[in-house]
Amino acid sequence: MIRYIRRAAWLCCALLIALLANAARLQIVESDALGKNPANRRPAIARYAEPRGDIMVDGRSVTGSKDTGQQLRFERTYHRGPLYAPVTGYSSQTYGTTLIEDAQDRALSGLDPLLSAFPLWHDFSRGRPPGGDVITTINPSMQRAAYDGLGGKRGAVAALEPSTGRVLALVSSPSYDPGVLSGTGPAVTSAWARLHGASTQPMVNRAIHQTYPPGSAFKMVTAAAALDAGVVTDVDAPTDTPDPYLLPGTRTLLPNAAPGCGNASLAYAIQWSCNTVMANIAAKVGLPGMLSTVGAFGFNDRDLRIPSLVTPSNFDTRMSVDQLALSSIGQFNTTATPLQMAMVSAAIAHNGELMRPYLVDRVIARGTRSISRTHPSLYQRAMKPSTARRLQQLMVQVVEDGTGSNAAIDGARVGGKTGTAQHGLDNSGTPYAWFISWAQADDAFQPAVAVAVVVEDAAANRGQISGGGNAAPIARAVMEAALRH
Amino acid sequence: MTATTRAPASTSPSAPHQPRRRGVELSLVVGAVLISVYGYTAVGLARTHAVPHDVLRYGAGLGLLALVAHLAVRLRAPYADPLLLPIAVLLNGLGLVLIYRLDLETPDHPAAPAQLIWSALGMALFTATVLLLRDHRVLQRYAYLSVAAALVLMTVPILFPAVNGARIWIRVGGLSFQPGEFAKILLAVFFAAYLAANHQTLAVTGRRIWRLQLPTGRVLGPIVTIWLTSVGVLILERDLGTSMLFFGLFVIMLYVATGRTGWIAVGLTLAAAGAFAVGMFEPHVHSRVEDWLDPFATIEAGRGAGQVAQSLFAFGEGGLLGTGLGLGHSTLIGFAVKSDFILATAGEELGLVGLTGLLLLYGLLVARGFGAGLQLRDPFGRLLAIGLASIVALQVFVITGGVTGLIPLTGMAMPFLAQGGSSVVANWLIVALLIRVSDSARAPLTEPGAGALPPTPRETR
Repeated sequence: MIRYIRRAAWLCCALLIALLANAARLQIVESDALGKNPANRRPAIARYAEPRGDIMVDGRSVTGSKDTGQQLRFERTYHRGPLYAPVTGYSSQTYGTTLIEDAQDRALSGLDPLLSAFPLWHDFSRGRPPGGDVITTINPSMQRAAYDGLGGKRGAVAALEPSTGRVLALVSSPSYDPGVLSGTGPAVTSAWARLHGASTQPMVNRAIHQTYPPGSAFKMVTAAAALDAGVVTDVDAPTDTPDPYLLPGTRTLLPNAAPGCGNASLAYAIQWSCNTVMANIAAKVGLPGMLSTVGAFGFNDRDLRIPSLVTPSNFDTRMSVDQLALSSIGQFNTTATPLQMAMVSAAIAHNGELMRPYLVDRVIARGTRSISRTHPSLYQRAMKPSTARRLQQLMVQVVEDGTGSNAAIDGARVGGKTGTAQHGLDNSGTPYAWFISWAQADDAFQPAVAVAVVVEDAAANRGQISGGGNAAPIARAVMEAALRH
Repeated sequence: MTATTRAPASTSPSAPHQPRRRGVELSLVVGAVLISVYGYTAVGLARTHAVPHDVLRYGAGLGLLALVAHLAVRLRAPYADPLLLPIAVLLNGLGLVLIYRLDLETPDHPAAPAQLIWSALGMALFTATVLLLRDHRVLQRYAYLSVAAALVLMTVPILFPAVNGARIWIRVGGLSFQPGEFAKILLAVFFAAYLAANHQTLAVTGRRIWRLQLPTGRVLGPIVTIWLTSVGVLILERDLGTSMLFFGLFVIMLYVATGRTGWIAVGLTLAAAGAFAVGMFEPHVHSRVEDWLDPFATIEAGRGAGQVAQSLFAFGEGGLLGTGLGLGHSTLIGFAVKSDFILATAGEELGLVGLTGLLLLYGLLVARGFGAGLQLRDPFGRLLAIGLASIVALQVFVITGGVTGLIPLTGMAMPFLAQGGSSVVANWLIVALLIRVSDSARAPLTEPGAGALPPTPRETR
C-alpha cells in the first residue's frame, strides 16, 4: 500500500504543479494581453481613480474634477466650458478625449513617467502620481473678446504672438459645454446625440479643424510669392493688367468688385482688393513659385500640431494656369483654417519668420515642478525680410485707407487684409467674411499679435457681407485686448 | 500486499520517541493569527486609510478560537502533526480577510459576519471532535451508517428548490446548508472502512478482460452500486464539481487499496465518457465547457466579458506581486465573487507570489495527510488519511483549475477561503480527523489509547 500511497501523492503533486504553472502563465506571460483586452475595465477604472490634472489659462484653472463615487470615479468639470472648449476639448468616460485633453492625456492622467519623482517606485508599488497641470498660452481677455465678438454667430478666431508662435486665442462659435459629456449614462449619450445632431455643429473646432476658402485674404500670400520671385519689384509700379482679366487658356473673364483696378499697382491691388491684378501676378509667378511660398506659410502640411493635429490647409499642387490664377485669389480649391490665416499674418508681422504655433506652454507636476516646456522655434522662413516689410506697409494702408478701416486702433500700428469668400455651387452659399491682421503698439519694437477672423453667417443679406464690415471689428477687439495686456 | 515490509525505516514502528512539537504548533498558530490580523488591517488601510475599528475584536476572536483548538490538540492529540492546525487557522483567517475585503464593495450583502460565526462553529466542531473521538478506528464500526447518512444527505436537497441551477441546498428559515459537504467526509469514511476490510479480496484475480483484471462481482458490486448512486444523485442535482470530486476520491482510494492500475484506466475512461456525455447534453454544463474552450467568446460576440473572462482578467492584473489587499477590482466578476471565485481576489491582490503561497499551504496540508497515511499501520487509518487529504487536493484542483481556465468551471468552494458555512465547518471536521490520525501515526506504541495497533497478520502477509 505504501507504494500506491506514494504514487497517489505524486499525482497530487502533479496537480499542484499544473495549477502553479497555469497561474504563472496567466499572471506573468499573459498578464499584459489580459490587461489590454478591450472588455477589461481595469485600465479605465485606474484612469479615473484620481482627479485629473487641470488645464490652466493665465494662472487659473479652467477645468476641475468631481468625485462621483462611481466605478469610473472622477468626472471632468469645466469653468466657462463653451469659451474654452476649442482649447481644452472634452474628457469623457464614454467618448474619450480630444484636443489638449487628448494630446496631453498622459500628463493629465498621471501616466507620464516624468510626473513621478521616483518612477521605479511607482512601478513597484503600482501607485500612480497625481496628474500634471497643463499651462496654456491662451490670453483670457483676448479669448473673451473673440468669443463675445462672434456673439454666437458661426465663425472662428485664431490669434498668435508673431514673435513666439504662442496661440493667444482660439475660439470657435457656436460652442458647447464639454462638461455635459463627462461621465457615463443616458444624460451623456443624449447630450452627445444632441450636439452631433445640431445643424450649427457646435462640436466642430472651426479654428483648427474647419477649412474655408480664404478669398482675398489669401492675396497676401500671392503678393509674398510675387515679391520673393521678383515678378514684382516695385509695389507701386503698374502691373499691366486688363480689367476684366481673361483667365489664361480660357474664355472666362475675371471681374473686379473694386473700381480702378485696370493696370493697377500691387499696392493698390492689396489696398482695394483687385482680383485681376493678383490673378495676373500669380500666373506670372507660376505654379512652382506659388507652391514654394504657400508651403513656407504652412499650406499642405499634414503634420502640423499645436499639440492637436491641425487640419491641413489646401493649395492644389497640380493645376492649369487659369486654375492657379483663381487659386491665388483664394478661390478654386484653396482652403485654409483660421489658424493658417493667422500664421500668414504672423509671418508678415515677424519679418518673414514664421514661428511654430503652440498652445501648451508647459506641464507642471503637482507642486509646481515643471516637467516639460515648449520653447519657441522657427517653423519656416515664409519670405524674405524685405518682402515682409513691404507687405507690412501694404497691410497698414489697407487699415489706414482701404477696405480694413474698421480695424484701426489709436496708438497702434495695425495692418490688415479683408476677404469675402464666395463658396458653394455657383457661389450660392452665404459668403464667408475674413479679416487677417496684426497690431504693434506705437511704443513697442515688434507686433504683439496676429489675428485671423472668419464669420460664416455674417448677415442675413448676403450683399452686406464683407470682411471689413463683419470680421474686422472682431479682430480689432482681440488686438485691443492683446495690446492692453 | 507486502508494501509495509519494504517501507523505509522512518515509517516503521521502530521510532518510539517522536517529539510532540506542541510548542511549534502554538507559535505557528500565533503567527497565523497575526498574519490574518495584518491582512485585516491592510485592507482597512488601503480602503479607508484607517485601521478597522474592530481589528482587535477580530484578532482576539480568531486567536481565542485557535487557542482553544490548540489546547484540545495539546490535551487529546499530543503527538499530532504540528502543521495541520496552523495551516487551517491561516487559511480560515485569510478567507475571512478576503470576504471582509469584498464586503466593502458590496455593503448591502455583508458575508463576513456570518462566515465568522460559521468559522467559530467549525472550530468548535474541530475541538469537540478532537476531544471526543479518541481513536479514529471507532469510525470503522459505523461504515454502513456513514454511507446511509451520506446518501440521505445527498438526496434530501432534491426536495428543496434549486439555487442557481443546482439542487444542493437545504433551506430552513434564513439558514441554508449544503449537505454534500458532509457527505464527502462520510463517503471517505465508508470507502476507507470497506476497502480496508476487503482490499485483499478486491486484489484477487477475478474475470479477465483483455489485459485488465476485474475483481469478482460479489466484492465490487456494493461499492460500484454506492458510487453509481452517489454520482447519479449528483447529476440529478446538477452539481458536477462534487460529482467529479466523489469520482476522483473513489478512484484514488480504490487504487491505493488495491494497487490495480487497471482501476485508474477504468476510472478515467468512465470519467471521460461521463464528462463528455454530460458536457454535450446538459445545457448548464455545456455552457461551462464553451466558456472554458474560449473564455473571450462573449466579448467577441459583443456581450461583454463573462465570469471566467473576468476571473482571468483579475489574475492577469495581479501579475507577480499583486495590486495589494483591497486595491484590486475582482468584484467585476460579479456573482459568486466571494465563493467560487474567491481565489481571483487573492490572485489579483496578492499576485502570483500570494497565490503560490496559498496553493503551497494547501499542498502542505495534503502532504501532511499523505504523510500520516504513510506512517499509520492500520489500513483503515491509512485509507482514511489518504481519502481526507485527497478530498482537499481534488477540491483545490477542481476549483482553482476552474477559475484559472485550466479546466471547465464547476461550482465548488475553495476549502476554508470561500464563503459558505457548510464548507468551512466540513473542512474543520476534515482537519480534526487528520489531526486524530496523525496523532495515532506519530504517537509511540506505548501511548495508551492513541497508538496504532501492531500490524495485523493480514497486513504483513
